[in-house]
Amino acid sequence: MLKDILKILENDARTTERQIATMTGLSAAEIADAIKQAEKDRVILKYKTVVNWDRVMDGEMVWALIEVKVKPEPEVGFDSIAGRIAQYEQVRSLFLASGTYDLLLVVVDKTERKIADFVSQNLAHLEGVQGTVTHFVLKRYKDDGEILEGGEGVKRQPVIL
Amino acid sequence: MKRDNEMSLKTKAQIQLNKVISDRANRLSPSGIRKFFDLLQKQKDIISLGVGEPDYSTPWHISEAAVKSLERGYTMYTSNSGILELRELTAKYLKEKYGIDYDPNGEILMTVGVSEALDLAMRAILNPGDEVIMPDPHYVAYDSCVTLAEGKPVLVPTYEKNSFEVEAKDIEVRVTSKTKAILIGYPANPTGAVMPRQKLLDIAAVAQRHNLIVISDEIYARLTYGTEHTCFASLPGIRENTILLGGFSKAYAMTGWRIGYAVAPREVIAAMTKIHQYTIMSAPTPAQVAAIEALKTGEPDVVEMVEDYDRRRKVIVKGLNDIGLPCFEPKGAFYAFPSITPTDMNSEEFSEKLLMEEKVAVVPGSAFGQCGEGYVRCCYATSLADIEEALNRMGRFVKKYRK
Repeated sequence: MLKDILKILENDARTTERQIATMTGLSAAEIADAIKQAEKDRVILKYKTVVNWDRVMDGEMVWALIEVKVKPEPEVGFDSIAGRIAQYEQVRSLFLASGTYDLLLVVVDKTERKIADFVSQNLAHLEGVQGTVTHFVLKRYKDDGEILEGGEGVKRQPVIL
Repeated sequence: MKRDNEMSLKTKAQIQLNKVISDRANRLSPSGIRKFFDLLQKQKDIISLGVGEPDYSTPWHISEAAVKSLERGYTMYTSNSGILELRELTAKYLKEKYGIDYDPNGEILMTVGVSEALDLAMRAILNPGDEVIMPDPHYVAYDSCVTLAEGKPVLVPTYEKNSFEVEAKDIEVRVTSKTKAILIGYPANPTGAVMPRQKLLDIAAVAQRHNLIVISDEIYARLTYGTEHTCFASLPGIRENTILLGGFSKAYAMTGWRIGYAVAPREVIAAMTKIHQYTIMSAPTPAQVAAIEALKTGEPDVVEMVEDYDRRRKVIVKGLNDIGLPCFEPKGAFYAFPSITPTDMNSEEFSEKLLMEEKVAVVPGSAFGQCGEGYVRCCYATSLADIEEALNRMGRFVKKYRK
């Protein structure tokens, strides 16, 4: 039941409780309760909008992927340093990944300079960080499951059937 | 003088094109839906609940399989019956899903959608004057395919009070010495009706009593909600009487690929294949490759899309009832078929006015037969936002015209 509600909301956070009630066959009150509980349990974290910023902000937004090599700490491993890095608000996403580096950051800021400063002044100095590699994003094609350009346009044609 | 000769030639050689067209083509009634699409193309900002196809693009891994095959040069004809692997997978699918056994060699034919399969079936079994019994309302091509094959459609009225299910006894009273076949298509376009197993068993009994062929168009088989589809061919003892038509368009969102199939006893498939080989050669090769991928790995896509259609179905059915257009609960396909009698308009008037005044396109029920009068078909395979907006507009419209 909760799964159904979450699927609907993940696809469109603006679906109303009344609509979800119709779709699932439950009452609007039951839906409201389930959603409230999910928010409380941090199953639902936030309701956001997938924005194609490239269409509105001309060069005012820079994205970078930053690989970070970290020396894990005894007991807590990577969690402690990851928790610290996550505090920076320009860090949009943060993952622990297998492979040649340990942490992968998606960083968004106004200019390349600001990101460079973040790396050299903040990130590189954190205890345990052994090295970083920064990749500036040249173009976003797909984000949060949405294709940013070229996905629009009417594909259906009138047909008799 | 040369110029005069040319002039006289021009006047004399005037071919009278209206006399060129065959009686066969002339006999076909133009689809009632055509008019609406002509109107549709002239209007802007229209919400269309008109087109009966999924609003999804084909799942990418299915499309990609075809792209890759093109890159590797698989651009030739296939065998007339279709790629063997696809026939084998289709046989396996039917076995696993419905427990029926068909031999990929000789009992399965891959076609250009169910449309071609339907045409082949009619041409393969009908002699001039043979009668084919079918429910009214029905999909627009049913009677025309029969007429094209020089057969005669015999209509069995179905009603909302019976959930638009066709009753075996209503079929049986229409059986004559000329009756050759029964044509059914459930889940149904345009009503969304699904046939309970027992009623199909009753029809099977009629077919057996009178030695009739049953052509079962099961293109919407995968789109059922809260109920299981019964494959007609899987009913006990009816295999030899049945031509089962199926395809990929609706379940896998592959309408534009044009790929479907017919399965039937060897003799019937042989006759259909003969016509197919002279008129079509073979179903489109890239589409067959895509269909192979669909059968191999497309199941999760189907499940996900059906769940999504179901959500929209519930929204539109409740919405239509709420705005005062009583709508019976469709258990299959992706159509809602609300009654428009509260407005005192016939379905064509209703649809035309709705399109002009509120820019919502629906299809008049009369396009599907007399029993469709008093209803309109609303396809809900469109975005939820569009469904909601269409319901708003229709609500306004109904308020204005409620008798």
